[in-house]
Amino acid sequence: MAAVTYLEAIRQGIWEEMERDSSVFVLGEDVGVYGGAFKLTEGMLERFGEDRVVDTPISESAIVGAAIGAALMGMRPIAEMQFADFISCAFDQITNFAAKCRYRWGAGVPLVIRGPSGGGIHGGPYHSQNPEMHYVHTPGLKVVAPSTVYDAKGLIKSAIRDEDPVVYFEHKFLYRRLKEELPEGDWTVPIGKADIKRTGSDISVITYGAMVHLALEAAATLANDGIELEVVDLRTLVPLDKERVLDSVKKTSKVILLHEDVRTGGMAGELAAIIAEEAFEYLDGPIMRITAPDTPVPYSPPLEEFFLPKTSDIIRVARQLAAY
Amino acid sequence: MELNQQTLLDMLYYMKLTREIETRIERKLYRQGKIVGGVYVGRGQEAIAVGSAIQLEKDDCICPSHRDMGAFLIRGITPREIFAQYMGRRTGVTKGKEANMHMGDMRRGVIAFVSMLADTIPVAAGIAMTYKMRRQNNVVLCYFGDGATSRGDWHEGLNLASVQKAPVVYICNNNYYAYSTPLEKQMAVKDIAVRGAAYAMPGIIVDGNDAIEVFKATQEAIRLARQGGGPSLLECKTFRMTGHSAHDDVKYVPKELFAEWEKKDPILKLESSLLRQRVVSEDAVKKLAARITREVDEGLAMAENDPFPAQAETLEGVYADQNVEAPLAFANSFFSQER
Repeated sequence: MAAVTYLEAIRQGIWEEMERDSSVFVLGEDVGVYGGAFKLTEGMLERFGEDRVVDTPISESAIVGAAIGAALMGMRPIAEMQFADFISCAFDQITNFAAKCRYRWGAGVPLVIRGPSGGGIHGGPYHSQNPEMHYVHTPGLKVVAPSTVYDAKGLIKSAIRDEDPVVYFEHKFLYRRLKEELPEGDWTVPIGKADIKRTGSDISVITYGAMVHLALEAAATLANDGIELEVVDLRTLVPLDKERVLDSVKKTSKVILLHEDVRTGGMAGELAAIIAEEAFEYLDGPIMRITAPDTPVPYSPPLEEFFLPKTSDIIRVARQLAAY
Repeated sequence: MELNQQTLLDMLYYMKLTREIETRIERKLYRQGKIVGGVYVGRGQEAIAVGSAIQLEKDDCICPSHRDMGAFLIRGITPREIFAQYMGRRTGVTKGKEANMHMGDMRRGVIAFVSMLADTIPVAAGIAMTYKMRRQNNVVLCYFGDGATSRGDWHEGLNLASVQKAPVVYICNNNYYAYSTPLEKQMAVKDIAVRGAAYAMPGIIVDGNDAIEVFKATQEAIRLARQGGGPSLLECKTFRMTGHSAHDDVKYVPKELFAEWEKKDPILKLESSLLRQRVVSEDAVKKLAARITREVDEGLAMAENDPFPAQAETLEGVYADQNVEAPLAFANSFFSQER
């Protein structure tokens, strides 16, 4: 079987779910005739028709609002944000309507909101953001951020089948850079389960999304020096796989928290609090964070390069922490 | 639906039932301290919800706002459930999770209102798009006030519904005040109905205090929607005969305006017209009043005896497949261990 890209894996996942379940449909800007800004929905209009591949006005709030209405009726809409940055326009519908329906009045909203996030493509402040924490902070949402081709497909399928609203951040830097052969048949990756992408005994690097690959690169380099990193890929930010995170920390006793999102209020802060509270007695060193600085994502190549966490950052911090 | 004697009587019943329930809530329970949260009533606006929702069919839906109690009642929400909702009881529509008019139940086709005005405008479009996808001949009635039309979601939602020819009737309770802000400070247009043109849908001005006129305008809009003609915008002109909520002393509204609109009371208008045309007798009206008092008394008595939810329910219902962890769960287990 031929290797497929991260982007193709998401497309396959959506396609298979649409074949399997007639209540699954996609809506968003340019998803139909054009096949999506990244061509992720290419061919879907021809296969599934206008009712199930809906080109919408540039109205993110109405896209999500309409998806909520359909989900309340038992449909399984997949709302595309053309760039994850634009999700801010739908913030109210997602956080106040979709997230709270089940709690407020017992109404399930089986909805997926997906969009390309992340930097490294010179997209500038509005085509590079990592807006996951707004949604991590909102009870009622599940938040997913796959790092591999396999996880991308398995998690989009789980997201579509989930009974609650799932915000699915796919990293656009990985879209066509990753390729992997996928197994045949109907399989999924469960939401809420982290994955150990590399086992190691010295330091746990807890991360997600595109940063997983930097952590793996750093781990390969450091192994030559006899420093073994354990790379924990969260895969799902909500619900968090606390058990797997804590198990890893208890094993290695040293932690680096790594993400591409900005520093303050990032996932690393939350993880640090959990580890400090629940694995305090196992720690042999300070909990270290490697994140983007608290700035918008800049455009110019040297600025963006400075902004994004780098493999060399991980290597340096890991060496210092190992020696601590 | 035909506007026959039975329909007219039903309309009078639901309008009076609305008035009675809201009067108890606002002027008794709230003042007695039995309602701890906000109270929002639609006194003087009862004709709009009732004249429209009365003609819905079983699988149709409503997206009501907080001054549309009649629409809830017509969809089968009971006085007991409403009182229990307001008093935070477990038997309330939302089991104590939500306040006041934020009631929803998909089995009865009622979508719960949220405080962010106009959020239900695109939601209604999505429900209606689903009807279309399923080739179901149903409609959504989506209610909102004049203030909601200032929000972006209102415009995004109307536009999407129109592009999709979604079977929705958008019904505005134009009661002249958005909290304390009068219409002329909310919008530069004189009539909200003119905004329909921007979205290529009929924009109809209706006397919102005339239940029969509301019925007829809605009937036409529903007919258009069921035929695939897309959404309509009905601007029902009315007046809010109270403050924004029970705590609002409403000093910003000139007294003359209340006096003027008191004369146009929608319940008196319908009742006197039905009496004049001998559709109902004085005796029937008395019986109707007695029935309403009895139903409201019974509902209230039951709700007052209904239990509050258990505190542990706070953590339930956020997700379908798991409960949320209690904040002190770790601390409790950590400090209880032998160390």
